[in-house]
Parts: sequence; structure tokens; C-alpha cells
Amino acid sequence: MFSSNDSNVRKFNTINRRVFILSIAKGVVFTGILARLFTLQISDNKKYLTLSDKNRLREWRLPPVRGEFKDYFNNTIAGNTEVYQLHVIPEQVENFKNLMVRLKIILSLSDKEFSKIVKKKNQQKPWETLIISENLTWDQFSKVNYYLHELSGAKPVLSVARSYPFKENYTHVLGYVAQASEKDLLNNENIKNKHVPGLRVGKTGLEKSFENELIGSNGVQRYEVNAFGKRIKQLNFQKGDKGKEIKLTLDTEVQKLCNELLANKSGSISVMDIYTGEVIAMHSSPSFDPNLFLYGISYKDWDTIKNNPNKPLINKTISGLYSPGSTIKPVVALSALENNVISPNFKVRCTGKMEMYGQTYHCWKKKGHGIVDLRSAIIQSCDTYFYEMSRRLGVDRLKVTASRFGLGNKVFNNLYKEEKGGLFPSTNWKKANLGQGWVLGETLITGIGQGYVQTTPLQLCLMTAQLANGGFKIYPTLISNKYQESLEKIKYKMGQNLAKEEKYDSSIIRTAEEFFRPGEKDYKKLFRNQENVKFVLEAMFASTNQWNGTSYKSRIEDPKYQFAGKTGTAQVKRITEEQRELDLETSQIPYEDRDHAWFIAFGPYKNPRYSISVFVEHGGSGSKAAAPLAKKVIKKVIDRHEEREKLRKRNLVNI
Amino acid sequence: MFQQSSYAEQLTFFQKLKSFDFILVACVLILGLVSNLSMFSTDGGEFLYHTKSHLIRFLVFFILMLFLSFFSLRFWHSTAYLFYIVILGFLIWASLYGITASGSQRWINLYFINLQPSELMKIAIIVCFARFFHREQITNVSSFKNIIVSLAILVMPIVLVVSQPDLGTSILIAASGIIVLWLAGLNIRYFVYSGLVLLISFPFVISFLKPYQKLRILSFFNPDRDPLGAGYQIIQSKIAVGSGGLTGKGFLQGTQSYLEFLPEKHTDFIFTLFSEEHGFIGSVFLLIIYGILIYRIIKIGSISRSYFGRLFCYGFGSAIFIYIAVNMSMVLGLLPIVGSPLPIMSYGGSSMLATMIGLSIVMSTKIYHKQIIN
Repeated sequence: MFSSNDSNVRKFNTINRRVFILSIAKGVVFTGILARLFTLQISDNKKYLTLSDKNRLREWRLPPVRGEFKDYFNNTIAGNTEVYQLHVIPEQVENFKNLMVRLKIILSLSDKEFSKIVKKKNQQKPWETLIISENLTWDQFSKVNYYLHELSGAKPVLSVARSYPFKENYTHVLGYVAQASEKDLLNNENIKNKHVPGLRVGKTGLEKSFENELIGSNGVQRYEVNAFGKRIKQLNFQKGDKGKEIKLTLDTEVQKLCNELLANKSGSISVMDIYTGEVIAMHSSPSFDPNLFLYGISYKDWDTIKNNPNKPLINKTISGLYSPGSTIKPVVALSALENNVISPNFKVRCTGKMEMYGQTYHCWKKKGHGIVDLRSAIIQSCDTYFYEMSRRLGVDRLKVTASRFGLGNKVFNNLYKEEKGGLFPSTNWKKANLGQGWVLGETLITGIGQGYVQTTPLQLCLMTAQLANGGFKIYPTLISNKYQESLEKIKYKMGQNLAKEEKYDSSIIRTAEEFFRPGEKDYKKLFRNQENVKFVLEAMFASTNQWNGTSYKSRIEDPKYQFAGKTGTAQVKRITEEQRELDLETSQIPYEDRDHAWFIAFGPYKNPRYSISVFVEHGGSGSKAAAPLAKKVIKKVIDRHEEREKLRKRNLVNI
Repeated sequence: MFQQSSYAEQLTFFQKLKSFDFILVACVLILGLVSNLSMFSTDGGEFLYHTKSHLIRFLVFFILMLFLSFFSLRFWHSTAYLFYIVILGFLIWASLYGITASGSQRWINLYFINLQPSELMKIAIIVCFARFFHREQITNVSSFKNIIVSLAILVMPIVLVVSQPDLGTSILIAASGIIVLWLAGLNIRYFVYSGLVLLISFPFVISFLKPYQKLRILSFFNPDRDPLGAGYQIIQSKIAVGSGGLTGKGFLQGTQSYLEFLPEKHTDFIFTLFSEEHGFIGSVFLLIIYGILIYRIIKIGSISRSYFGRLFCYGFGSAIFIYIAVNMSMVLGLLPIVGSPLPIMSYGGSSMLATMIGLSIVMSTKIYHKQIIN
């Protein structure tokens, strides 16, 4: 009993000792846990609070609203229109398959559209908005709203989308927008930063060139989300900024007329202010409706556009390269006069053809023009005279004058990525690019705008403008800028330049002044003796208004509209002797072999203000196919003149 | 001696009631209240399934605890082995016919309740050892026979629970058992030896672990290894606790749990939710309540005249401490994630039942603290 008691005491002592040790251990562990709580909740509280917010807050970017394009008269030519869309956020839908089947019936989607949507759904994150339809008709929209209670997860949305109210009228000027592609995202950081599913970006034209100005900024919706990304509640909404509005110099009335005139034809019409360089109209035909590209163009429509032999996708006004034909003759004549190769009294006897270097060069008129001087050679577009004159002038001297007036150079600097410069040949050029020496015969055909020379219709319009304003350089533009120089100031500058003695051939290289002040427009003179320019202009007037002129039939006698012009008929194929004998009518020749028809003009003659170039691809002769169109356009432009001037005075900020 | 024992057994109902440990009861009630409010928060502030069943369980098992407290300590002593054997039988039943949920076969269907016997084993093993060492001479405790038998008592349930598989509970059973062995006076060198053996065998044990268990251990050491996978729980739990700050985000305002970033928020991570909503102050308060609870249990053990009661209270108090310490260290990122509920707070009937039974034995020890068991 005693020993047992003794043992019991020892037993109790042991357990008490050990529980004491254990209690100390517990105290230590509890302190450790407390310390941990302290570091997490007090010391590192900020860090974890941020992490917790990062968990629960998510931003949704809304598509930015694109800036609009306006014409000179403030008509919207590329705007935004409200569209009804149907959005679904897949993760908020209980049964996606059921919903889709219901929607398929309600919207009567085709199997193809249906599988396309399902494919799109599988490519994106479940919390990203899936756009079921970008453009519901009112019928579909109201139907969806009617059945909305059984379509849980579907959201009918009022959104904005690009619209081109004038459809095919501005297609080539503006370009079009379509869904941003991988390539767009890679090439433009701005698009990448603002991208949301379904974002439209410019694909061609000004829509592409001004992408960064037009795109605007995203609106942002901030939501609280749960661990599965489901939106629980909206916390705030930040409205995005609309893109910049861009005002163009174009006149929709004239643009529409050009479109009408070129209907069913392939070609281009452009009109320019000969002082300010403002492009009043530029249209390329055939065109297409850019609205087709908004919601993904159908294969059928795309095939029609792509396979049209008249190439509607190309902006012929700036990217189409053609032989200018006789429209180049005013510049050839000017070059000869400026270089003192001939005097206006120099005469040539035209027999309809000319033998030279063992080859025969034909004039367009088989019977010949008889004895002609320079003035009547321009009036009647006598090829023989120009052969002889070019032979004496030489291609290199001709190139200097032609380049100065804009031939073979881009008209807009970097406005259009698709613009082409064209080509005006020279002996050096041929040696460098074709590795062959220049053949004198090539000079002859260059002198009538055939052979290697290639220009765009807009280049010829600019050439005409720079002749018509008395021979001064101008700066073509499409963008109406209220800080641009006033007409009076431009005319004043030109007058100043006329008086200035300038070394004749320094002008082909950029002057030091131009180099150091690139923004400065100097409107420098492009001639040595203005009398030569005046002579050429008078000859062009006679070409339209004298009984034997090539465009006499298209003249307007009312002095208000009276204009001066020059026709051009460019061969697209060497004509064999046999064909020449046949002397076929245009309609009898296969379409692809027909001549291109050209007409350049400026008006009103007494006080010129506008220049125009008309080009009809495979249209036949310039006098028959191109000049009558120009007549109508000139009349329209001059009719619109007063209204335009009124606006100009209001628009310009006096500086 | 005999008289004293008979004196104790003749206690009237009111005498028994008067000797209740009201501090202990108050702690349990406070924890019950806190746990029910937390459960209400996990249900998003609505009186839904989890809250409802947790409340019912708490009330039923609390009343059961009060009722069982009136049983004499001798009753617990005499049924200790039976208790252990019945629970062991349940464990075998579970391994044969148990209900499988989330990849583990832990539950048995008792028709009125789905029981998780491994939770009850946490108590049974302490009761069993308390009885086993009750009559043993201190000189005999470390005898070869005793070591073999007590190892057998300990290893049998552990093997059964590990095979379910349920690593967390088996570690806790082992920990409770080893603590009781240590308190019973087992020679300290055995603990040193087995500790060394464990350390050496650690790499081999690792190779026996299931891939998901290895992942948990790896992601404990580096949670950012796989932040959306194995490390997700630790990371989100730390974010929740850390973002709570000093005063917390407020009741029902815990964004981490409300927005479902928190995993297992009803069960193992209930403390995280509480800590997010009530901050450092709330957490310390909860720790103090648990501290008082453990202190009371140890205190009751120290006044018990019987070795059975004393060893049980010391063992149970220490076991409760281990559950709390493991659970909190786990959610605070101090230990790898192993399934271990927080006593009374966590959702789960079996755990609650086991804790309440343990508390009722403690209470019985208090009432019958003068009782000496032969």
C-alpha cells in the first residue's frame, strides 16, 4: 500500500511535470501563431488588401466610338449609326447549348452562322462577351426582346457601328473598316492597346491612314467579380472619348456627279483647287459599298468585287498607272519653249506620218494636218509636230519640266499607303533600270505621252492645276484645316515669287529653305518665263473653244463656265499596219484593246480656279469619251463655287 | 477511501449542477455562437443549409454534452476499452462498406447520421490510454509489454485512417496518442528514438504519399509554384487573412469568401473567413477563448483525484490545442495543407460530436473530481 502510494505520488509528479513542460510549449506555439497573424494582418495588410482587390475587381473595356469624316460642307460622310446587337456572356448562361438552339430558331440563323458562333465561343474566355449578332434587324430585335424571359444570358444591346451614308461615293477616298486582324494588332500598338472583341479598324484609305486619330478611347466598366469571373455588381463606369473628327476638302455634290458620270465605266475623275490644292472630288470607278465590310462581307459579294475585271478594289485616281497620251503635250510644249528649243512660230509639215531612224511614226490623223505651228499643233494635237519638237528637246530636258509639274511623283506625301508615284523616263533611268541605252525613237513617243511614261489621273490633275495658276507649285490636300493659308495669301506669295529672280534649275532639288523649314509652303514658280506658260494656256483654251480644236464639241460658251482643256487618247497596244488600214470604230475593237480616254481642263478661263482630270479606261478617244464628262463636272464645280467660298471665309481663322 | 467514493456517488442533481464548470460552458457557448455566425456568413448572409444544420448539430450535441456530464467518471473508466473497440470496429466497417466522398472512404451510414469514426477515434484513443495507464505503476510504464500494447492501440486506428486515405486525421490521432503516452510518463528516450526513426524514414514516407499530397507539401514550401492549382488555397487564404487588417472587413463583408475565392470555407478554412471579417482583434479574441477553454480543461485535470481523469483532461486539453494549432498554422501558411477541422468552429457533425463527448468527460471529471477509481 505504501509502495503503491509512493508510486502513485511519483506517477502524479511525473504527469504534472510533463504537463507543465507541455504548457510552456503551447505558449510558445500560440505566440508563434499570434506573431504570424500580426505580420499578415498588420504589417503586410496593404499588400494583401491590394491582392484581394486584384482578385475581386475586373475591368471591361468597351469599344471606342470612332471619329467621323465630314465633307467640306459638314455633311457626315463616314459616321456612326446605332445598331442592335445581341451579346451573350457564356459563363453567365446556365445551358449554353439550349440557349443557342433557341436563338437559332428565333433569329433563323443558318447552320453555317450557327457553327461559326459556336467556334468563336470556344476560342475566347468564358467571361468575354460573345457577339451573337452584330446587326439585328428591327424585327429580330423585337423578337428577341419578346422572348427574352426564356433566353436567360442573352443581352440585346444598342451599340454603334460605322456607317457610310453615301455608300460607293467615297469608298476609295475613305477606304473602309472591318474587324481588326492579327496583322492590324501587330502593326499598330494603338489598336493593340484599345482592342476589344469586334473592334473595327481602318483597312484602306484615310480610315487606315488616320487610324490613330480616329480610334478614340475605350470606355471602362469596373465590376466586382467572383472567383469564377462572374460579374456580381458594377462599381463604376468611365466613358470613353470619341475619336477625332476629320474634315475633308471634298464636295459631296461633285463627288456624286462623278460617280453618276462614271457609272458602268471604269475610270477616274478628280477636281482640284488650283491655288489651295484642295481636292474637291476624286472618284474611282467602279466602286463598291463599303458598308458591306462592316459585319464581315459574304463570300458572294467578295467574289463579285474581287473578280470584277475593272478592279473596284483599286483606287485608280492615285494607284492606277496609265500612259497619259496627248494630255502631256502642254508640258512638252512648255518644256521646249522654256529651253528655247523652238519658238512658237516654228513650223512642221504633217503628212500623217514621219519616217525616222528607219521607223514610221504615225500622227493620229491619217491624212495629216498640213503645215502647223506650235499653237495649232496643241489645238489639233498634232503628233508629228510633237515628234519633231521632242527630238530636238531630248527626253532628259523634258523630264525636268514634267517632274517639276508633278509627273512621276506622288501627289500626297504619305496620306495613302496605296498611292503610286508613276514614272517619267530619262536616259539615266533606262540605263539603271533596264540596262540599255536610250533609243532616240523612244524620245518621240515619250513626247506624245506613250512608251515608258506612266502617271496617275491625279498627277495630271495636279499638272493642270500648276499650269493653270500661272505655273506655281501648289500643295494638294484632302484634309480641310482651318489654319491653312488663305487664298489671298497664296496669291500674294505667288506674286512675290514671280518677281524673284531665281536660278532656273535649282528648283528640281529641294532648296535649303525647304529643307530647314519643311512645314513652310513657298508656292515657288516652276517656269523661267511666264509668257511660255501663258502661251500654252491660251493654246489649251483654243483647243476647246476654237472650231478645229479636239474638244470643241464639249465647250461651254457662257463665260462663267468657259474652260480650257486638252484631250488625250492613249494607246494600250501597238497598232499594226493592217489594223491602221482598217480604221475601226471604238465599238468594233475588243474592250481590252480599246484606247484609254483622257481629258484635262481648267476653268473658268478668264479667272481660273479649278482643274480637272477625267480618265476613262478603254473609253476610246478623249474627245468623245472623256471631254463630255468633264464639261458636266466643271459646270457643277463652278455652280458650287460661291457656296464654297462663303464657307471658306467662315472656316478660316485669320492668322 | 471507500467512503469518499460513495460520497461522490451520492451527489444530488443540484449538487452536480452546481459543480459544473461554467467558464468552460461559457467558452463553448461563445465558440458555438461565433461558429454559427461564421457559418451564416459562408452562406452569404442567408439562413441556408450549412447554417441550419450547423446550428442544429451544435444545439443537439451541446445538450448531449450536458446530459453526458452527469455520467460518473467511473462509467467512462469502465467503458473506455469498449468505447475504443466500438470506434475501431466502425473504422473497419468504414474501410469495408464506408461511403466515399471526394476520393476518400471515411463515412459510415448509421441511418440517422453519417458518421466519420476517425474523428471519434481522436477521443477514443485518449480515453483508452487513460484507462490503460490508470493502474500502471510508474516503474512499469516503460516496460516492453506496455510499449508493445500501447503501440498496437495507437497504430491500428492510424493504419485504418491512413488507408481511407485521410492523412490529416491520422496525423492528429497519432499526435493525440503520442501526447498521452508522453504524459503517462513513457521514458523520454523512446520519443527521441522514434523521432530519429521518423526523420530517417521521412524520404521513404514521402515516396508512399499520393501525388496530390506531395503537391500540397511542395506548394507549402513555394505556393507560387502553381498559384491556380495546388498553391491556390494557401495563397487565397493568406490574402483573405492579410486583407482583414486590424478590425476586419466587417461581418458578412469578407470579399474573399463572399466572392468564393476562399476554398473549403465551411470546414478547414472557417478561421480564415472569421479572420477576414473580424481582423486581428477578432482573431486574438478567438485565440483567447480557445486559450481559456484549454486552460480550464488542464485546470480540471489538475484537481482530479483519479489518475484516469487527470490523464484524460491533460491529454484532451493538449489534443484540442494541437487541433487548433495545426488548423491555424495551416490556414496561415505555416504548415502544409492537411485536412484538420477547427474544434466547434468547423462544419462537420462527427468532429463536433467528438469534441462534445470529450468535453462531457472533462465535465464529469470536474463533478466527480473527488472520486477515486480503483
